[in-house]
Amino acid sequence: MNFFELFNYWVVMLLMMTGLYILIAHGNFVKKIIGLSIFQTSLYIFYISMAKVTGAIAPIIQQGVELYSNPLPHVLILTAIVVGISTTALALALVIRIKQAYGTIEEDEIQAMDEEP
Amino acid sequence: MIAQLPILQVIVPLLAAPCCLLVGRSKLLWFFALLASAMTFVISLVLLQQVQESGTIHYSLGGWSAPFGIEYRIDLLNAYLLLIVSSITSIILLTAHASITAELNENKHKLFYVVFLLCLAGMLGIIATGDAFNLFVFLEISALSSYTLIALGQKRQALTAAFRYLLVGTLGASFILIGIGLMYMVTGTLNMFDLSERLPQVEESRTVVTAFSFLILGVCLKLALFPLHWWLPNAYAYAPSVVSALLAATATKVAIYILLRFIFTVFGGEFSFTTLPLQEILSVLGIAGVLTASVMAIYQQNVKQLFAYSSVAQIAYMMLALAMNSTNGLIATLLHLFNHALMKGALFLALAGVMYRLGSVELTQFAGLGKRMPWTMAAIVIGGLSLIGLPLTVGFISKWYLLRAALENGWWPLAIFILLGSLLAVVYVWRIVETAYFSPAKAGHNQIKEAPLRLLLPTWILVLANLYFGCDASFTIAVTELTAQALLGGAP
Amino acid sequence: MFAIVRMHDLFAIVMLLSIYGFLCASFFMVMDAVDVAFTEAAVGIGISTLLLLSALTLTGRFEKKQRHKPLLAVFSVAITASLLIYGTLQMPPFGSAYAPAHQHIATHYITQSLGETGIINIVTSVLASYRGYDTLGELIVIFTAGMGVLVLLRGATSPAKDSEGKSKRVTSKQPVPMKQHAILRIVSKMLIPLILLFALYVQFHADFGPGGGFQAGVIFASVIILYVMIFGLRATQKTISLAWLEFLSALGVLIFGSVGLLSLLFGENFLDYNMLSSDPVQAQHLGIFVVEIGVGITVAATIILIFMTFTGRMADRGGQQ
Repeated sequence: MNFFELFNYWVVMLLMMTGLYILIAHGNFVKKIIGLSIFQTSLYIFYISMAKVTGAIAPIIQQGVELYSNPLPHVLILTAIVVGISTTALALALVIRIKQAYGTIEEDEIQAMDEEP
Repeated sequence: MIAQLPILQVIVPLLAAPCCLLVGRSKLLWFFALLASAMTFVISLVLLQQVQESGTIHYSLGGWSAPFGIEYRIDLLNAYLLLIVSSITSIILLTAHASITAELNENKHKLFYVVFLLCLAGMLGIIATGDAFNLFVFLEISALSSYTLIALGQKRQALTAAFRYLLVGTLGASFILIGIGLMYMVTGTLNMFDLSERLPQVEESRTVVTAFSFLILGVCLKLALFPLHWWLPNAYAYAPSVVSALLAATATKVAIYILLRFIFTVFGGEFSFTTLPLQEILSVLGIAGVLTASVMAIYQQNVKQLFAYSSVAQIAYMMLALAMNSTNGLIATLLHLFNHALMKGALFLALAGVMYRLGSVELTQFAGLGKRMPWTMAAIVIGGLSLIGLPLTVGFISKWYLLRAALENGWWPLAIFILLGSLLAVVYVWRIVETAYFSPAKAGHNQIKEAPLRLLLPTWILVLANLYFGCDASFTIAVTELTAQALLGGAP
Repeated sequence: MFAIVRMHDLFAIVMLLSIYGFLCASFFMVMDAVDVAFTEAAVGIGISTLLLLSALTLTGRFEKKQRHKPLLAVFSVAITASLLIYGTLQMPPFGSAYAPAHQHIATHYITQSLGETGIINIVTSVLASYRGYDTLGELIVIFTAGMGVLVLLRGATSPAKDSEGKSKRVTSKQPVPMKQHAILRIVSKMLIPLILLFALYVQFHADFGPGGGFQAGVIFASVIILYVMIFGLRATQKTISLAWLEFLSALGVLIFGSVGLLSLLFGENFLDYNMLSSDPVQAQHLGIFVVEIGVGITVAATIILIFMTFTGRMADRGGQQ
């Protein structure tokens, strides 16, 4: 097992953990969304890395070419990107409403405001 | 047309939703939405009957046979779940018009129905599909629509509750997606049945174990299993009443379905329970969940929140039953899926009635309501008794199977914990009964009338179903017994 | 990347995120995923940055310095990381043509799809035909998000506030952004038709190269967004009203769905395109074509709808202040 054979996956993991850390450790709601979207993007990289075949070309059929990269993960990720942007849009809309209702988007401040009725 | 039923089940609400946008008035919309969901109910009935007669139904979408295309595959478990979701949703939708008129702005009604139908379609799609990635897509449909529905609640806490749910839900879904990706990596397929055939060949690989852990973790986030439950009570409490009823009665059931499907069908029960200490983890978390959530429920001031915590406890019961990994345990899980949907549906609809008249569901507001709203309160009492698990209610049947399964496994302490959990349930239900019947009515409450018939009738349909299936459980037990055997017996 | 964790200026973070999106897109290109690269370029760099920025103007630019629960965060990150490390150790090596993922159904797509659908771009044929139902689902997801944003942001929380907001919208004269930038206005006027043409090209070229309904929809939407940014929301709403967009986004879904229903009517399975023509390849072509149009319409309409609702909010607030 060569380290470089899995290099892509290690990078994915690093990105994923960065996203997760931002998501949990930061109190600002917009930043949480950013963390979430980093997390999701790392997932896309993971799928796309999986699809790559060394020496192959993009999965558009050409004459005389035998080796293509795997098209299926590409399709899945196309779908996942759309899902991701939809989630982000909805989350941002919620944050805007929260800002309007509370005047802040910091988690601890909101929690404090919720506790005192 | 009969052959097309599996797809119609999902497509009807899915396409009815955009059609709703084109329909004009609120009442008409309601009728339209109701029609769509009633149709799904009828379809699910026919499907269940068909499955019982002739076994699993396969349906290839786009005419591409699986695993190349996406396949719908309805076996007994799917048909049973489809029936639960579509029937409860239809009954809940009956009340929707009255309830949201009281709780929502007029200009939001149209979009409410659109999103509601999308949520229904998403849940049905999750259940019906036999393709792992398709499951993810529909999971997101139902998730996005339920975030929206929760955020429609009147108080501002609804917004934060929805936002937190969104973060957790998306994280959970992403975990599920990682799991699916890892599975695809080692097997090259996305079809669940195909996966179940190919996974044993690579069972040794650590990648599979990781995939499995991520799937379980993701589903448990969505499921609100005990330590991951913190998003749920607020989400249920601040959503509009109809939405609370929908989520409490059906959404968690769908999550449990996903769990069952992956544990038993895709990975196979044997793999699931031997490679990971699933039994220990689930049973410990289950017990902890039952006790903590029940105690938390006792201390709640908001009745919706009280029942939301009780939902967390009930989910923990189902996990407990699942952890036994025996036929009776599984029967208990499956029975409780149905029964819990009935009781929580009835309870939250009754609360919708209280909300309609009082505009609040704080416990203090309940004082003296026993006289003012006798029928609604009676519904709450019967639902509560069912939660406790008294004989003649559905709650008893599932608790009975749970106890039997525990004793079968020789898990004596567990049986004691289950009884303890029921005692705690007695306490929190009693708090409501006490305030409603034995406290003097509040000064301003003399004018409060019984909830309107439009709300009361659907509530009582569910209450009567509670009693009926509590007395005569032969139908549910027959179905769940077969399902449990099929699940444990390996491939359906 | 890691700057994002440390920084508190959200505006700068969004910019970094957009660079990150660009890097991702380039990476996908290297990995032969041209279609995905295209989409990520449009979404990661364009749409999500725009949405984040418009949200930032509404919520404030700076983050509070203090953070909470770092221990919990480190803990859960550590658990997830160790799980992943554990899993990666036995993964099939990167780039190997013999990995199981490339053996089973992917081979079928690569060798058979040309014969079965007559489409050169395998991604398109898998997307719109083999897994067409997923695409319908994806379309519904974005439709749901659009409806969600609409229901959340249209009108304020209380009815009283709502009417107030409405009257403000009518009375307050909105500042037309960038009125003084004559060059920008002229250049964009020249660019807009070109980009529109490009969007159409992408829409109908999916059979042969990267592209398709989704990408075309995004590009189309970006044109309108450009128009909004330069000429102001009101000018845009004169030509494209929100109600119309709502209708369009529903229409796209219905176009997609009706292809499926049509096949039901002919006694075929849902989304089976073969009934559209006697020649299966021709039928697939036609089916994919119609479906992609549906996707394009909904995606474009919904993204414009989301963006307009966001900016509409901004304009409202501007009017109230």
